[in-house]
Amino acid sequence: MHRFAKPSVFLKFTAPILPWLSALTVILIAAGLYFSLIGSPVDYQQGHTVRIMYIHVPAAWMGLFCYVGMAICGAMSLIWKHPLADICARATAPVGATFTALCLITGSLWGEPMWGTWWVWDARLTSMLILLFLYLGYMALVNAFDDPERGSKAGSALALVGAVNVPIVKFSVDWWNTLHQPASIVRMDGPAVDPSMQLPLALMILGFTCYYFVVLILRVRLELNERRIRALHLSGMFEDPETPTSAKEQAYEAGHNAGAKQ
Amino acid sequence: MADFSGSDLTCLRGERLVFGGLSFSAKSGDAVMLRGRNGAGKSSLLRLMAGLVAPRSGDLRWNGENIAEDRTAHHARTHYLGHQDAIKPVLTVRDNLRLWGQLRGVRDLEPAIDRALTALQIHHLARVTGRYLSSGQKRRTALARVLIGHSDLWLLDEPTVGLDRESCAELAQLITEFRGRGGIVVYSTHIDLDVESPTILDLDDFAIPMVEWLAEQDELEDMAPTKRAASSQEAAQ
Amino acid sequence: MNGFLAILQRDLRLALRQGADSVMVVAFFIVTTTLFPFGVGPEVNILARIASGVIWVSALLAAMLSLERVFQADYEDGTLELLTLSPVSLELLILGKVLAHWLTTGLPLIIAAPLMAVMLNMDQDGFVTLMIAMLLGTPALSLIGAIGAALILGARRGGVLVSLLVLPLYIPVLIFGAGAVEAALLGISATAQLQIMAAILLLTLAAAPFATAHAVRQAME
Repeated sequence: MHRFAKPSVFLKFTAPILPWLSALTVILIAAGLYFSLIGSPVDYQQGHTVRIMYIHVPAAWMGLFCYVGMAICGAMSLIWKHPLADICARATAPVGATFTALCLITGSLWGEPMWGTWWVWDARLTSMLILLFLYLGYMALVNAFDDPERGSKAGSALALVGAVNVPIVKFSVDWWNTLHQPASIVRMDGPAVDPSMQLPLALMILGFTCYYFVVLILRVRLELNERRIRALHLSGMFEDPETPTSAKEQAYEAGHNAGAKQ
Repeated sequence: MADFSGSDLTCLRGERLVFGGLSFSAKSGDAVMLRGRNGAGKSSLLRLMAGLVAPRSGDLRWNGENIAEDRTAHHARTHYLGHQDAIKPVLTVRDNLRLWGQLRGVRDLEPAIDRALTALQIHHLARVTGRYLSSGQKRRTALARVLIGHSDLWLLDEPTVGLDRESCAELAQLITEFRGRGGIVVYSTHIDLDVESPTILDLDDFAIPMVEWLAEQDELEDMAPTKRAASSQEAAQ
Repeated sequence: MNGFLAILQRDLRLALRQGADSVMVVAFFIVTTTLFPFGVGPEVNILARIASGVIWVSALLAAMLSLERVFQADYEDGTLELLTLSPVSLELLILGKVLAHWLTTGLPLIIAAPLMAVMLNMDQDGFVTLMIAMLLGTPALSLIGAIGAALILGARRGGVLVSLLVLPLYIPVLIFGAGAVEAALLGISATAQLQIMAAILLLTLAAAPFATAHAVRQAME
């Protein structure tokens, strides 16, 4: 089970995929941008503002997708105690948080001309905001420990707890919203999406998803390399060869004390 | 006749390799003394034995059964004394001890507490709250906990810290009695504790260089030049 | 079950001996609630309108403030280690500790809440619903909070961190708690909200001890 946890296996496995995936990401996003900015018709109601949707909707999708990914990694870490699962969850969080923030920012940019206000306590917007808080909490927790491994494990548990909570939060915010929201506010779901808009949307969603996997691979690599460097430091390899024993001793002690603090 | 053994244990603390390939075996009445310099993993090994931490590899067995299979049973037969005394400053010595007896489901708890306090000669402190105890008295209270309720295995991490010479002799006496009843004791200590013919487990023997271990784990496979550098460095020594 | 009672008894005794904790939580609750009239002005109508929300938010913050001490002291003096190693299931022990936490913080808040409702000119129709909602809501707060308190064991800046972790998870309780009172004030039946709160309580009761125990075991490694 721990076979793929070994960095070399992960690197071997992902190294040939990475260039192809990167190229695919560039092509998808370039094509998506072309169709969404130039190749698609202007909405008769919203004008050019509708083009924000081609960033906004994929960003919202990615925000949710990343959280689900994190929760799945959390479950894998819990069940199989797989170190790579922790690292993946850890690498996913900033990406998901960025997409969620992007979704909120574009939503508010779209809302200003459409609704006449930067922020509405709309059920979807509010849920996304809470999702952003969950990401921030996760990231703060993961980085709050001296021992990175302990941070990742705590984070995985939190991601799972959060995932159980997300549907409840969504449901309660919907309830709260219908209770308070005046009915006159324009809802975002509007009419069915026109086919001419479906293509750029689909391209962008795919492009964003591929982008996520590229970033994930890069970030996991980075984390694995950092772990190796830490491991090599702990093993005393980088110490001055002139005074090997005393230097090793120090590294040994420093490592011991860091570990003893839990 | 109980049998407690561990085979091929590897322990990682944080990301640091503490020891690897450690095996031991103890039978009823045995005492195992852990030795080794700071950071050699004496505390880590005791925590592994208690079931507080899972070993990275290898397993611990009680009468042939892996302790991870039935943790409750292992906890019920084990008394663990860590670095900390776990004494609440606002509770009396008796109240502090009572909780642990209750959790073990000890019947006739009050007489049992009395016996433990008498054995450690702190019976006169029974009604004193934790905050007024000296560090030696706290340590003795913590040791009294180990005497409450039936157990087959004592894991004592530096039990002599804060104890004076007489108390150390008493502790040695208690350990002898416990061994006489068929118990197994594993302990670490910096001073000589007068325990009869303990098996000595020197943890320095199991300290493997981390670079070698990482290489073995296939973690450094694509870092061949560094590996060579490491082995040449070792050759130089 | 003996273990559950033993730990409950000990934690209550500790809280009683240390005394000040429960009083501080209630004092914090009262002071926070008192701040709102200064913020929004003393106009009776406005205060009456926001009373249920203010009380819930203050209760949430007060409950959160006391979370850190659920496990922190036991973690630092090694008690938690021994609890993990005791032959009683850790989940049960945690349930006992959470119950003790609720009895020493949640229950005093429920008693103090009507007092603050009077001061904020809340209509009397909402009082009973407020207390029932808090009776259902505050145990859920303690249970969810325990997960956060266990996750931050050994972390730097634990206190601030726990609020960041726990507050987003508290939102459903806040929404339905305040919603129930609001419904009662409007003369509508609050049964639906209260039933949902009961459901949330049952769910947390079933899941939180396991999550907390998992987090505590992790902290021991």
